[in-house]
Amino acid sequence: MSAVKEADIREPLILGDKTYHQITEDVCRPIENPAPRGWYILLTISGIIALYGIGCITYLIGEGIGTWGLKNYVDWAWDITNFVWWVGIGHAGTLISAVLLLFRQKWRMAVNRSAEAMTIFAVIMAAIFPGIHMGRIWVSYWVLPLPNQFGSLWVNFNSPLLWDVFAISTYFSVSLVFWYIGLIPDFATIRDRLTKPLPKKIYGIMSFGWSGRAKHWNRFEIVSLVLAGIATPLVFSVHSIVSFDFATSVIPGWHTTIFPPYFVAGAVFSGFAMVQTLMLIVRKVMRLEAYIHVKHIEYMNIVIMVTGSLVGIAYLTELFMAWYSGVEYESYAFLNRATGPLSWSYWVMMTCNVISPQLMWVKKWRRNLMFTFIMSIVVNIGMWFERFVIIVTSLHRGHLPATWTDFYPTWVDVGVFIGTIGIFSVLYLLYARFFPVLAISEVKTILKSSGENYKGDFGAGKGYYTHHEEDHHEEVVVEHKEEVIEEPKIEKVEESTEDLSESQVEENRQNLLSRIGEGSAENADDLKLISGVGPVLEKTLNSIGIFTFEQVSKMTKTEYDLLDSITKSFPGRAERDDWASQAKQLMNNK
Amino acid sequence: MSDTIIYAMYDDDDKVVNAAKKLVKEGVHVNEVFSPMPIHGIDDVIGVRHTRLGIAAFLYGLTGLMLATLGMKYFMIDDWPMNIGGKPNFSYLENLPAFIPITFEFTVLCAAHGMSITYLLRNKTLPGMPAQNPDPRTTDDRFVMEIRQSENGQFSSDQLHAMIQSTDIVEIDEKQTK
Repeated sequence: MSAVKEADIREPLILGDKTYHQITEDVCRPIENPAPRGWYILLTISGIIALYGIGCITYLIGEGIGTWGLKNYVDWAWDITNFVWWVGIGHAGTLISAVLLLFRQKWRMAVNRSAEAMTIFAVIMAAIFPGIHMGRIWVSYWVLPLPNQFGSLWVNFNSPLLWDVFAISTYFSVSLVFWYIGLIPDFATIRDRLTKPLPKKIYGIMSFGWSGRAKHWNRFEIVSLVLAGIATPLVFSVHSIVSFDFATSVIPGWHTTIFPPYFVAGAVFSGFAMVQTLMLIVRKVMRLEAYIHVKHIEYMNIVIMVTGSLVGIAYLTELFMAWYSGVEYESYAFLNRATGPLSWSYWVMMTCNVISPQLMWVKKWRRNLMFTFIMSIVVNIGMWFERFVIIVTSLHRGHLPATWTDFYPTWVDVGVFIGTIGIFSVLYLLYARFFPVLAISEVKTILKSSGENYKGDFGAGKGYYTHHEEDHHEEVVVEHKEEVIEEPKIEKVEESTEDLSESQVEENRQNLLSRIGEGSAENADDLKLISGVGPVLEKTLNSIGIFTFEQVSKMTKTEYDLLDSITKSFPGRAERDDWASQAKQLMNNK
Repeated sequence: MSDTIIYAMYDDDDKVVNAAKKLVKEGVHVNEVFSPMPIHGIDDVIGVRHTRLGIAAFLYGLTGLMLATLGMKYFMIDDWPMNIGGKPNFSYLENLPAFIPITFEFTVLCAAHGMSITYLLRNKTLPGMPAQNPDPRTTDDRFVMEIRQSENGQFSSDQLHAMIQSTDIVEIDEKQTK
């Protein structure tokens, strides 16, 4: 059954005494409440940076890419560095949601939604760069194999640049669909909680009328699994193909077969670092510490450590091959990287990407949030420099010494790059405000196996089913029955409920109404809002003469017992669900 | 067609599965279960057949594979064969390695989108569709079982109610359809 017992030595993934309802509350709270002032401040700052970036892009398109620092021979620099950097960051999301789904890693539930959002926004940022690098962005549709009037002019399917077009667009659209399909049930949760008509309508449209039918969930699970299955090779293919852009050329420093695995490892490395940066902020600001806690951070740090080590080995292998191959151009390319005019960037890269992940071997450090936060930024700086080193140091010292040159970025280079960080932040802030940042329905599925309350003492959650192993099931049912039988004994009304004659019922009714006051159907409240009251029970209550929250709020133990003696259904329910205090709250909200 | 629909509400996924098992054993046909999350094991109990979307995805993928192959064969071999660096495109097979990446990407593209669109259409979950869950709490922490009188002709309404009441239920509701 759903609550497969997990080994006790595994740390719980959901801390505290959470119930399904609390999970919903915790995730929906930031969406339903007004945004904190910090959000507006961050949005304004990001918005200004984003506008500056858009200004730079507009200027660039108007003037041409001569405004970048590109020159003869260094014809790729910051633009492609930024492109590869953003695509790399965009790797963690689908890796978390697809690969970790196939490996049944439950901790992914807490981070997959936000990581996928990050992926989608990062890929959008990445796509800006080849777009504006074309110079004439209005003919960018020429990268597609469309029938045209220029004769039989097709795109070149032998070219890695075209492979990239297909890889990135497939990756983007499949990630988007994967993300959205997971969002539909959670939008439905928000829709059903909202009361204001306009937001309810908007979330209603976005939830596609999801109703949570058994058949739909059955399909949902298969669609997630199959999408994960086909997105997994996609994740690896995208950065492999990005690396082909370099590896299939004849430039020293690029022309190596190690590039695909090396790029994929680097992409996962930088992607997880960015997830850490964002999640550490999100968990704190949105108070989701119970769902994304030290164990999740540690898991991600271990991924960073492993992929960082892979990247480190790749760097060393490249150096070894440059010497061992005996190709002097290749040797020179690496000598130049380490000792040439841009050697500082090489050593920044080496420090950030090779040394820093090794610090994660220390358990105390990788479980430290501040350390993790600083490391995640260090790694992202290092990975930006990795791409810069690969691209610029290989180009500025080419085969012909006559073409040797130096590279300096212009303000447009810097502005466009900073601008994409601004646009990314704006998108992410909007996402965090209006979208459920945790996959609500998926987190609920792991509550019983990995929740702290269920792991500690199965079902410490108040009002929850005390679920033991299947074998003990019979006992549980019996226990519950006993409870029900026992309750009438406590009742102050002496007679057992069956023996009450109609006149006694009527007497109890009058007694009850005199204690809580008469109500009338005209100013009736929606009693269904009280948890535990359904439409049938509401009708029963109305027939007794209970119409308003005010009446319910006055109820105490005596009134509950009187009520039970009249309705004869669900003994003890009203008291257990504490209708009175619920009603008080509802009165205040009115 | 007039019918009476009984909605039985539970507050736990295990409870709803146990209740469904019990009712099905007694011969009740459970028409539907609404839940805020996937419940593993409910499908077999209430007789929801396993989805065939996986097969559909495979067929969409196959379509993508064929389209990519035919397209690239036409563009690169038949319509405008290129001669790149003295290595002309003579036949599709000889140039196959260069076509693998796009063939793969296009296969994935068609499989993923084909399956997703089929999923949304089959579910009838499309932008603007009305929600059909009987109670708004079924997307939060309540699990509702739908039992139709018309599908349980062998039982009277009272019998059905009695059987449902004997399970670990929190609320019960009834609706008439015309």
